[in-house]
Amino acid sequence: MNDQNGNLLSVTDLRVHFQSADGTVKAVDGINFEVRRGETLGIVGESGSGKTVANLALMKLIPTPPGKIVSGSINFNGADILKLSPAELRDLRGKRIAMIFQDPMTSLNPFMRVSKQLMEVTRLHLGHSKAEARAHAIKMLEHVGIPDAADRVDSYPHEFSGGMRQRVMIAMALSCKPELLIADEPTTALDVTIQAQILELIKELKAEIGTSVILVTHDLGVVAGMTDHLIVMYAGKIFEQASTKELFARPGNPYTRGLLRSVPDPTHNAETLYQIPGQPPDLAHLPTGCPFAPRCERAEEICTREFPPFVELTPNHHSLCHFANEVYTESSAKS
Amino acid sequence: MADYDEHKSNLNEPELHVGPEYAVAERDVSEVVTGEIVTGSSLWRDAWRRLLRNKLAVFGMVVVVLIALSAVAGPAIIKQTTGFTYDSIPKDTRLLRSIPPFRGPNGEFSWKHPMGTDIAGRDILARVLSGGQISLMVALIATLVSLVIGVSYGAIAGYLGGRVDDLMMRVVDVLYSLPYVIIVIVLLALLPAKTPTAQLAQLFFALGAVSWLTMARIVRGQILSLKNQEFVLAARATGVSTPKIIFRHLIPNALGPVIVYATLTIPSVMLSEAFLSFLGLGVRPPRVSWGSLAAEGAQNLAVYPWQLIFPGLTMALMLFCLNFVGDGLRDALDPQMRRD
Repeated sequence: MNDQNGNLLSVTDLRVHFQSADGTVKAVDGINFEVRRGETLGIVGESGSGKTVANLALMKLIPTPPGKIVSGSINFNGADILKLSPAELRDLRGKRIAMIFQDPMTSLNPFMRVSKQLMEVTRLHLGHSKAEARAHAIKMLEHVGIPDAADRVDSYPHEFSGGMRQRVMIAMALSCKPELLIADEPTTALDVTIQAQILELIKELKAEIGTSVILVTHDLGVVAGMTDHLIVMYAGKIFEQASTKELFARPGNPYTRGLLRSVPDPTHNAETLYQIPGQPPDLAHLPTGCPFAPRCERAEEICTREFPPFVELTPNHHSLCHFANEVYTESSAKS
Repeated sequence: MADYDEHKSNLNEPELHVGPEYAVAERDVSEVVTGEIVTGSSLWRDAWRRLLRNKLAVFGMVVVVLIALSAVAGPAIIKQTTGFTYDSIPKDTRLLRSIPPFRGPNGEFSWKHPMGTDIAGRDILARVLSGGQISLMVALIATLVSLVIGVSYGAIAGYLGGRVDDLMMRVVDVLYSLPYVIIVIVLLALLPAKTPTAQLAQLFFALGAVSWLTMARIVRGQILSLKNQEFVLAARATGVSTPKIIFRHLIPNALGPVIVYATLTIPSVMLSEAFLSFLGLGVRPPRVSWGSLAAEGAQNLAVYPWQLIFPGLTMALMLFCLNFVGDGLRDALDPQMRRD
């Protein structure tokens, strides 16, 4: 069962395309990455960069049609998820891979008591009886820090605040102690104080259960304290891949550098906040060269003509750029 | 699981940052507030409260229940007390004629026939109440069919989408385009009924067969808008199977419009039954329904108006009140009507 490198999940050449009236939208176009056991992987990128689609593909939840997983393999614990039967997939989802969604306001069924929704998972996957599942649900709610869990377990979702609902979602996701937890922008819809609490909670539970985590976000601040490795996505491709520390200290890609500069720095009294100029490209009509070239401050003639290579900067640091080495040297010099 | 409990205290830490007095106060408030919310929180309870505030709907419910109860229990009580049933023809030949309401055979005042009798001397009250039984039964069965078949059909088509949806909804379109009178006539011709009971079963079948179509369309529309919500994706991501997603997660969310439409189906099916019986395609003598009573009464309208007035009034009252209830439910279940 065990991968020789200690990888829980390894994704190779994953491509997910959507058919639209406008043409084929290449939402995820040939990405490779690994998640090691007990490690947290962060995926960052702007809206529409393919982060969410990539994660839905991990559980084979892409809506087909219009979406389609065109190629690739997702090796999870020695088995290719893309080759599993529907029954095997259902057994995997929620039990071994669980997911937390962005908006806790809509990810709970408004017509179902919280108890019932929590019990559904464990009855399905752990074969709990009604009483066992209920006890487990209460225990999980207490565990994620919901006060008076025994009284509140029979409430409807609308009786909880946003932060509490996200706690319920986490309780649901972790109730079968999954090996992999995918958190898709788990704090985007919450206010800042709650964000910190939720992230702390995920961190603690992760350490306790030993789950690996994929944390998808567009907030670099969130990612910094939480993750071991980082992937920067743009236009359905991985632009840079490195350990979190390395990536923050020595970015090897102009896009990553732009992202890092876009984080407001309160100690710096800047007149205007930095932003990367322009818009993310239309994924149905990608240019032949580098998809970031029109917005890139380093772009030269070759960038619009040729697709950039995936340069290995160090064995654990890769960057998709014609000038990866130059950018990397500059960053190294600065730090 | 022991490790879970150990960590519990750690997790509560952020909340313990507030001073102890403050924490106590907050707890009291939250208890009071949640206590209140929990008792009146269910969406159904909210809707029920709003429904009770609607006077017309409450009036409608009371009348519907009264008419339904008297239709169920009335014929038996009348038989017990006076001996009249819907098809008992008096042996006394002097009584074989239509007597006006509250009159005896010689024109004197009498409590015997509060609605008079028909040409054969049968008590119209007993006939109206027995007719009510059939009308209610037809309506209930057709509504049940529309609930069971219509809701599941629409939900499956809506959730699966794509070609399955296209195919399933085209079937509905085809059935929709055929007038139900024609369907009933064809059914009656294909399955000649020997007994009045078989005839009745045919009528149920025919009305049931067409009553679910609109329901299927309504439910499909609801499911289409619901299935892209995140909680459906969340359910799929926890490994819930498709049938369970449809029947446990999606249909309860679509129940509001379903209930409203079901309440409005009852009067429309009653009217259809009355119409068919009026044309002689529905209930056959000696059995009666409100429609066949009205048909009979209409023939003698000029001479014996009470033969039409009483069944007609009863039916009109029932239909009105059912519509009041349906409208009230629609308002009560409409989230945009929520003012409190």
